[in-house]
Amino acid sequence: MAVKMLGYFERSSVIHQLSGFTKLVIFLLWSSAAMLTYDTRILIILFILSMIIFKLSKVQLKEIRYVLMLILFFLLLNNIAIYLFSPQEGVKIYGSSHELFSIYGRYNLTLEQLFYQFNVTLKYFVVTPVALLFIITTHPSEFAASLNKIGISYKISIAVSLALRYLPDIQRDFRTISQVQQARGVDFSKNEKITKRLKNVVSIMMPLIFSSLDRIDTISQAMELRSFGKHKKRTWYSERPLSKLDWYSLLISIFLFIVIIIVTFHDGSRFYNPFN
Amino acid sequence: MKKSLSIKTIVAIGIGSAVYVILGRFLTIPTGIPNTNIETAIAFLAFIAVLFGPIAGGLIGLIGHALKDILMWGSIWWSWVFVSLFIGFAIGFYAYKVKLEDGVFGKKEIISFNLVQIIVQIIGWGVLAPTLDISIYAEPANKVFTQGLVAALTNIISVGVISTILLISYAKTQSKGSSLTKED
Repeated sequence: MAVKMLGYFERSSVIHQLSGFTKLVIFLLWSSAAMLTYDTRILIILFILSMIIFKLSKVQLKEIRYVLMLILFFLLLNNIAIYLFSPQEGVKIYGSSHELFSIYGRYNLTLEQLFYQFNVTLKYFVVTPVALLFIITTHPSEFAASLNKIGISYKISIAVSLALRYLPDIQRDFRTISQVQQARGVDFSKNEKITKRLKNVVSIMMPLIFSSLDRIDTISQAMELRSFGKHKKRTWYSERPLSKLDWYSLLISIFLFIVIIIVTFHDGSRFYNPFN
Repeated sequence: MKKSLSIKTIVAIGIGSAVYVILGRFLTIPTGIPNTNIETAIAFLAFIAVLFGPIAGGLIGLIGHALKDILMWGSIWWSWVFVSLFIGFAIGFYAYKVKLEDGVFGKKEIISFNLVQIIVQIIGWGVLAPTLDISIYAEPANKVFTQGLVAALTNIISVGVISTILLISYAKTQSKGSSLTKED
């Protein structure tokens, strides 16, 4: 079960040099902009920008190929589902109908629908590279420090950093438990009936959860002994001061974000309509 | 944040989120209908929310689901992350109703817990998720409502079966609160 999850890659690039705080702010601005806007012109510009940023980071495509395939597969399914459930969504949004050809009943193919689904897909292509880069180029403990810096309580930041720190451990526990149970003859595959599988799954969850509860006890006692939470503030070992590069990138992205919001909402609709 | 956020709660949020990610990533049961799985992560969320209360439950839902999304897909589906937060938070209030640490989780508790989880999940997946999907992502209404209802149904089954078993087993590991009486 060699399943990969995304993680931090050490490398020296401009993107890696940016502080975690800068990357977090840019990531949040970027994904909210891409979430809010349906303006195709903006999405295309953002897409080109995200490709440039990706190039700058020196991350190779093959390093994230597995995740990319998953995303593409999901996008395909989502697009099919949107069409099956609502083949006239585009017509409803753009208020006109240019039929290319008709398939059956209300299932015809319109330019509007194609354009709408193109936009939905494009939104993913805009968000994904930046989000991936954020994960790949930010060290987990720096991530916690930057969460604290944007104003989230340090206790919550520590919780996030604990989660990231213990992911590999718990994944290893999970794998061990699952292999032990399979060696004992517990079947998790399709051959079992679904009710039986539900029960079998519990045989993994039970040890996993109870060992995690023990872990919670151990860690919280250790933290208690070190007087965690005594002061209102704390310092972070991996926090980095903001450099000139950070300030420039922050200013540019905030400016860009404001422009995007103005262009998107100036005519009262999130959609760019090329059909009028 | 409230001052009462104890060290144990903080650690529970961290470890709980990590367990949520692992379960969400590796342990789902396909139902046979394409793209619909029974999520064990939600069952875990309900369980841990009853153990540690609404704040821990809500934050585990938020952090766990957001991390899972970003580590799996590279982007976060905020509307559903918010629903996880809501479910963890709402079911967490049930923590005040039971005395798990006294080893009490009998028939009465099983019924009331399941009533709570069914109501919470119908509101969460059936109403909140689709509404947010439409307002944030402008997805077609009937698509997201179908998705929401399917998710509500599978997650109700998941929590109803798995969380209930987990809670009963957990209660058994705790010593009965009333097993000792004070001497005169």
